[in-house]
Parts: sequence; structure tokens; C-alpha cells
Amino acid sequence: MTEAQPATRRVAIDPLTRVEGHGKITLRLGEDGKVLQARLHIVEFRGFERFIQGRPYWEVPVMVQRLCGICPVSHHLAASKALDVVLGATPTPTANAVRRLMHYGQILQSHALHFFHLASPDLLFGFDSEAGRRNLQAVAAEYPELARQGVLLRRFGQEVIRITAGKRVHGTGSLPGGVNKAVTAADRDALAAALPEVLGWAREGVALVKRLHRERWELYESFGSAESGLLSLVGRDGRLELYDGVLRARSAHGALLLDGVDPARYREHFAEEVKPWSYMKFPYLTALGPERGTYKVGPLARLQNCDFIHTPLAEAERVEFREAHHGELTHAPLAYHWARLVELLHAAEVVGELLAAPELLGSELLARGERTGEGVGVIEAPRGTLIHHYRVGADDLVTSCNLIVSTTHNNQAMNDAVAQVARRYLDGVEPTEPLLNHLEVAIRAFDPCLSCATHALGKMPLEVVVVDAGGAEVGRAEKRGG
Amino acid sequence: MKKLKVATASLAGCFGCHMSLLDIDERLFTLLEKVELDRSPLTDFKQFGPCDLGLVEGGLCNAENVEVLRELRRHCKVLVAVGACAINGGLPAQRNHLDVRECLTSVYGRTVPDDPELPLPLDRVHAINDVVKVDYFLPGCPPSAEALWHFLDDFLNGRTPHLGHGLISYD
Ligand code: SF4
Repeated sequence: MTEAQPATRRVAIDPLTRVEGHGKITLRLGEDGKVLQARLHIVEFRGFERFIQGRPYWEVPVMVQRLCGICPVSHHLAASKALDVVLGATPTPTANAVRRLMHYGQILQSHALHFFHLASPDLLFGFDSEAGRRNLQAVAAEYPELARQGVLLRRFGQEVIRITAGKRVHGTGSLPGGVNKAVTAADRDALAAALPEVLGWAREGVALVKRLHRERWELYESFGSAESGLLSLVGRDGRLELYDGVLRARSAHGALLLDGVDPARYREHFAEEVKPWSYMKFPYLTALGPERGTYKVGPLARLQNCDFIHTPLAEAERVEFREAHHGELTHAPLAYHWARLVELLHAAEVVGELLAAPELLGSELLARGERTGEGVGVIEAPRGTLIHHYRVGADDLVTSCNLIVSTTHNNQAMNDAVAQVARRYLDGVEPTEPLLNHLEVAIRAFDPCLSCATHALGKMPLEVVVVDAGGAEVGRAEKRGG
Repeated sequence: MKKLKVATASLAGCFGCHMSLLDIDERLFTLLEKVELDRSPLTDFKQFGPCDLGLVEGGLCNAENVEVLRELRRHCKVLVAVGACAINGGLPAQRNHLDVRECLTSVYGRTVPDDPELPLPLDRVHAINDVVKVDYFLPGCPPSAEALWHFLDDFLNGRTPHLGHGLISYD
């Protein structure tokens, strides 16, 4: 394939750094240095869905979290929710409160990690600052207080997880039908005592990201921006809702494409393409097709998809974000950072609400019900809509497993961002290291989780497109799912 | 005092071992005063330089993992297998009783991604000491932040790392 284009030059950014998981970007430059092609490749295949088949269902919430060490709680809970349905069990108010607390703790720690530990050097030092300076070590040296607050924010989120799940990474707190660990009054009080400071740091974080964005408005709003739809869960009343809700999708200009959709029916609305150069599939809304049906997920999608946020501090920030954009949707990847920090603040507020809720300390932890054979669990993970779908036989063994992970939904959007930035900064110029970092800045803004992204399913309608070296389509085949 | 150089690598792992390292919380700043990070998912160096210590998370699932591991071994004096995946393949090694081709076709249908840009999957997921010499093994999935800190503290202060009973867990 590559031999067919001798006049082109390959440039690779390999490995991508300061993102979770394994990926690389490649560029093809023509003789005149023009960018002919820019691609984000996911280079790893792990096949979880396949080897989960045949395992007893109760092992699943603990197994699947090994998909990702940054957001294990998302997989832990999405699997638990799907398996609640398999058991026909409606979790008790206490189990729901404990799971929600775990989830919002995780949103808090994951968003803090992404901004402070991974992405902030690009924004604080500039996209083209020296490679050796673009890391947490330099942030700690030059902005010690900021680095400290980031570490402490993440610590708080991890402590919420430890208290609800048993362990900071890969706990075992949630299981099909409920949870196995009650929260004690002492644990609750310790978290509640730390909360005012956490809220303060979260507000400072939002203020910082807003200031950075406003100072360089033109750049931040145009950098890597590409129109697409938006997808997320929202609450039944349209609120921002990350644990449980209904699916909503909007077009690039805000028109509702789907609303109030029961997540269990996701397969009616999505399909995906395989491209031979990446292990990550390319999903789209079936009704609009692969060209027009792509969409973004994650903080930027959620903040613009919901009608309101029920917690006051984050709602004020949401309103300010929307007003700053004159009520129009923004598609700027760098606006993800702003939206992410607003969500971090929201997560801290929700943790406060849950700590004050009497049901949190209840002792009814597990529910039972009438067995069904199949269940879908959907959750808003830190990086976006996460779908788990299982079938379980009468012998308790899993017979099929479908996962659509958050980052996969953003595949097309990330590739569009890379292509846009490559054309803007690298067309006809020598690709220096600082210029290449611009491509990574665009990818990082999405906070991709590339380990999660190596999982996709074989049961949805699947479309395969074969393109030649120049990108022209030479064949297309479709397989309908069973 | 000259800072020790430390590289970290994530191979076929989930990043949880790196997260556990960050779970040392504020002690991270003490650590960063004593060490200089080399290539790591946390920095933008794309190549390894000469290092005193290399921490490896994850086993080997494709040809690229093997290459990165060999590079790291060549560059560091002491190499540590961190966590179940590096030590014995961990959960990803569950695919070892399946045929890779069957596994790939069940997920991708007829067109399995095969671009030259994608490293070849190995037929089995391997532990890292199948390929290189490993100096220390830190068990756990992931090893706790306390265990990692204890290990690093001993190592950075020139003591032979020794973890007491309470710090070793296999999960
Ligand atoms: S040992 Fe556990 S935590 Fe570490 S990479 Fe493997 S699955 Fe993740």
C-alpha cells in the first residue's frame, strides 16, 4: 500500500504521550510538503469482549475494570448496572447512593488527573514549549500551588473511591444487584470535612481554565475545531446526569436528533465502520450515515447537550460558558478543558449532596429479582457515554458481551481535529518537534483513553470501507448484527 | 545531590499501575525532587536515555511492546516488573486460550485492521521476564501506593528494597 506512493514522506508521532494508552499519529507529506493525510492510529488489540464470554456473570464487574486503570469505576458500574437487569434486581436507595458517590468521586479524580497531571503543561507553557518542560515535573517547579491543588483534588476523588469500592484502583464495591460495602458515619464525616477545601480548589481550577481560554479566545476556539453532532445521557428532566439517564443527540447546530431514548435500545441508533489502519472503530448515528452521523461525547458534549445543571456553582459556570459562546454550540477541542473543569466542580457539589443524604448510611445493600437473560448498562464515564451489554445463560455464564467505550465515539472527531491542525500548522513547512506537539495538544483535549478504545463489539451493524493509498474508496461491505 | 533518572513504560496494561504510583499523593513532590523522569507516559520524551531505574507496567501483547521493553532494558540499570500484567500477563493473558485470528475476526468481521502502521499482535500475551532480565517484581493489581512508595524510598536511599508482609498483595 505504502510502496504505491514513493513521492510521499511519512512523519510519525510515536508514542503519543500524556494520554492514557497506546496510540500514534502519522502524517503523509507530498513532495511539496503538503499534508496529504493525517491519522490517529490505535495500535493495540486486547479482545476483552471475547474472553469474557464463558465467565460467570458475577466476575464481570471486577474483570472489566482492568480495561482501564484511570476510569475503572466506569466499567465496574456500567457492568453492574447491566447485570442488575440480568438479575431483574432494582438496587436499593442505599446501593444507588453508594454507587453514585463512587462514580462522582471518579469523575472528580479523572478530570483532575487529566487537567493537572497530563494536559496543563500545554496550556500553561504554550503548545510549542520545549519538550523537556512539558510535564508535571515542570508544573510542580513553576506553579507549585497549582500542582499541589491538582494532586489534592485527585487524592480526594480517589479517597471517595476507596471508601465506596474498597480500593483506589480496581476495587470490588459494586456487584450485580447492589453493593457489598456500607459507608460508615466516620468515613462520611471525614470526606465531608475535606469538602469545603475541595470545592475551593475546584472553583480555582475553573477560573484558571476560563482565563486561559479567554486570553487566547481566537486560537482556543479555532484550534482543531470540526463540526459534528453531540451525544450524551441526560436526566429525564434534561439535567446534566452522569450515572443514569436517557440518550440525547444533537446536530452540529443544536437540533435534537434523538431524545428520551431508553439506553437499552442503543443498537437501533448506532452503527460503526472499521478502517484497516486502526483497531478503534468509527461509530455513527445510523439515521444520518457514516459521513454526517459522527458525533462527539464527553464533557464538551454533555455541557452543551443538557438543559441545566442542578447544582448551583456548576450551573452558574454552564450559563457563563453558553453566554461566552452566544448560545451557539462550540466544537473547539480546547473548550473540552473548560467543560471538564465545570464538571469537576459539579462532581464535588454532587459528592457533597450524597454525603448529606440519609440513605447513604443505610444497611440494605443488595436486591434480588426475576432473572432475565440480557442487560444493557449505560453510564457517562469521565470521557463520555459508555455502553455495556451482556447476555447470560441459565448456567450463569456470559454468552455475549458488547462494549462501546467512550473514546471510540470520539474517534472521528479526534481524526478530524488532527487533520485540521496538520493542515493549519504543517502544510509545506518542516515538521519540527514543537509543531508536531500541536497535533498531540488537539488529541489530548479529548482526554482519550486509548486502552479502553481497543475494545469494540461484533454484534452491531458493521460497515467495512476499503480505501486505496490515496484515500479513495474502493470497496464497501456491510454485515448486519445478530 | 545528583538526581536519579527514572523511566516508566506502559505495555499491555491498563494504566492502573501508573495510577497507583500517582496515588502516593503529595509524596509525589518529594519523589520529583529526587528523580528526573525520562521517557514515560507522563513526559514528552519519545526515546529512552540512560536510566537508573525502569518501571514496567503491562505484559507483552504485540511486537511493539517487545521492542519498547528491550529498549528500556538496554537503557536502565535496574528494571522492575510492576503489577500482575508485567509479572504474568495479568488479565489480558485470558486471551491465551483463544486463537488470535478467531478473536480478531469475531470483533472486526472480514476486514481485520492490518495496516503496516499497526504492530503485529503476538499469538500469546507474555510476561516481561519471558523476554528480558527483571531485577524486581512488585505484585498486585495494582501494587498499592504504599508498596510502590516503600520500594522507591528504599531504592532512592541506596537500601536494598524490602517490602514487609503487609505491603505484598496478590489480587
Ligand atoms: S497489573 Fe492490574 S492495575 Fe496494573 S496494568 Fe495490569 S490490570 Fe492494570
